[in-house]
Amino acid sequence: MLEIANLEVVYNEVILVLRGLSIEVPDGQIVALLGANGAGKTTTLRAISGLLDVHEGAVTKGSISWNGEAIAGKKPSEIVRSGITQVMEGRRVFAEMTVDENLTTGGFTIKDKAATAASYDRVMELFPQLGERRSQTAGYLSGGEQQMLAIGRAMMASPKLLVLDEPSLGLAPMLIEQIRDIIVDINKSGTSVLLIEQNAMMALSIADYGYIMETGKIVMDGEPAKLLADDDVKEFYLGLHSGDDTEKKSFRDVKHYKRRKKWSS
Amino acid sequence: MIRLDRDNVPLLFLIGALIPTTIFLVIQAVNDPALFLETLIKALGLGAVYALIALGFVLIFKATQTVNFAQGALAAAGALFVSFLVADEHIPFTTVPNPLINIGPEWLGWGLSVLVALIFAALLGLIIERITIRPMVGEPLFSVAVITLGLEIVLRVFNNDTVKTEFRALEIPWGNGGTTVGGAFINYSVIAALITAVVAFVGVFFFYRSKTGIAMRAVAFDQEAAMAQGINVGRVFAIAWAAGAVLAAIGGIFATQPPVKQTGAVEPETANIAFRALPAVILGGLDSATGALLGGLIVGLAEIFAGQYAAGESDWLGAGYPVIVPYIVMIIGLLVRPYGLFGTPEIRRV
Repeated sequence: MLEIANLEVVYNEVILVLRGLSIEVPDGQIVALLGANGAGKTTTLRAISGLLDVHEGAVTKGSISWNGEAIAGKKPSEIVRSGITQVMEGRRVFAEMTVDENLTTGGFTIKDKAATAASYDRVMELFPQLGERRSQTAGYLSGGEQQMLAIGRAMMASPKLLVLDEPSLGLAPMLIEQIRDIIVDINKSGTSVLLIEQNAMMALSIADYGYIMETGKIVMDGEPAKLLADDDVKEFYLGLHSGDDTEKKSFRDVKHYKRRKKWSS
Repeated sequence: MIRLDRDNVPLLFLIGALIPTTIFLVIQAVNDPALFLETLIKALGLGAVYALIALGFVLIFKATQTVNFAQGALAAAGALFVSFLVADEHIPFTTVPNPLINIGPEWLGWGLSVLVALIFAALLGLIIERITIRPMVGEPLFSVAVITLGLEIVLRVFNNDTVKTEFRALEIPWGNGGTTVGGAFINYSVIAALITAVVAFVGVFFFYRSKTGIAMRAVAFDQEAAMAQGINVGRVFAIAWAAGAVLAAIGGIFATQPPVKQTGAVEPETANIAFRALPAVILGGLDSATGALLGGLIVGLAEIFAGQYAAGESDWLGAGYPVIVPYIVMIIGLLVRPYGLFGTPEIRRV
């Protein structure tokens, strides 16, 4: 189980991005972390995976514990070895290398050859499309295939927790559905998933629990059903409007700035 | 089909220059086959030395995205280590006698000593990387390149101070010896350089397909994404620098031998081999091992053939003109292909 408690992250020693964020990812569940641009979703991911250093960021308060062990400040390679892997925002596949070579980098921390072969077969089972393109240069794959490759690469380390940062970014609705089904598949075989998304509909449709974050902290959390029923979530994350749906709405009526979210007091 | 417009001027110029050159060389080859063969072998030997040095540049560039300007000083340092071990017969920087030199026949003791020298070169590479390059991870690449330039100067001063005006021989077992094939004299050093280059390139070819090699390419392409896969970037840098320093040292040893130099000894000038090989690296493409091999051979051929067959014109060309031929080849090559013959034009999907 991953537990983040009261986490504060500061970039360049001045910019406070996370202000006391607390989330939990219980074993075997899919947890969605939703939020608008700049809420601090990616920073949360970086804090978990140990990549804050690269961006001159540091955890100043709070704790991140993974199965009871504090992991804040550990090296990315140690964190991957402990069973947390991530799919970075924007896929970040190694475009100049082949599909197979990309997958090899994902299994870098696994020394056991039989285990590597087993996870490779598993990835090929999850993504038959990648099997057809094993020796192709990753840069020439389509966006959806690259996303699959990025997820497959992360799965090569046989993670216990998979953290996905905006897997739906820039994909067609059909592909988003496909990726969503794959995430469910991965979860069913025992990997917990932390899904960081802007696409609230997609994330909440598969999540066991959801968090909504704004300006560096959690403003609301609960079961997907509860979140989906909330008026503010409906309006700001799903683009729906409360009230009479039969009546046509004019853009003039949608005055976001007039409507205050109940959580921003 | 090549269109006749401004973009293709360098290419047309290249073709225009190559056709008469080829005809000229064919005539020469028919007139005096022995001389032609001798020149060709010599050229391939020089090309192999350039290719070895170029491969060191490529290894370090591919992992760290930095052109290592200290490669020349590392080459000289490697040759110096050999000289310490086989001529002075003691372990570098100490007065402890080198126990290996007396093992078995002369060539065995010498060979083992060279291996030890290469280990010293690798250590030097590791120390340099740990102290000066690792703390610069994530800093602007230009700063890192300037640091390597500073290292080159520091190491050179150090090397020159050690060499002074002494004759620092490498005591290569075969000396200046060679064999004669079809009237052409072939130096054993040239053969050794060719064999070493082949071994090094085959080794690197397989290395880049191994797990560590793939990790190295991943780090070169996207450091953060590589870290996210659990790749230890620091270790990859260390491996690249150690390997780069070893290749530099090998290049440095050959740089004291024919066809580069006839003396067989380390001189302050030995460090210049890297700058002489630089056109090969740039021409081949900084991130391509194949490019390093081909660039090295092309530059080596151009330099030796120009030196051999244009010598009659040296009253207006000047005596040292062969040395600048690689640079001319490089400039023409870059005009045709700005990222080098085998350099990767970026593939990136947005």
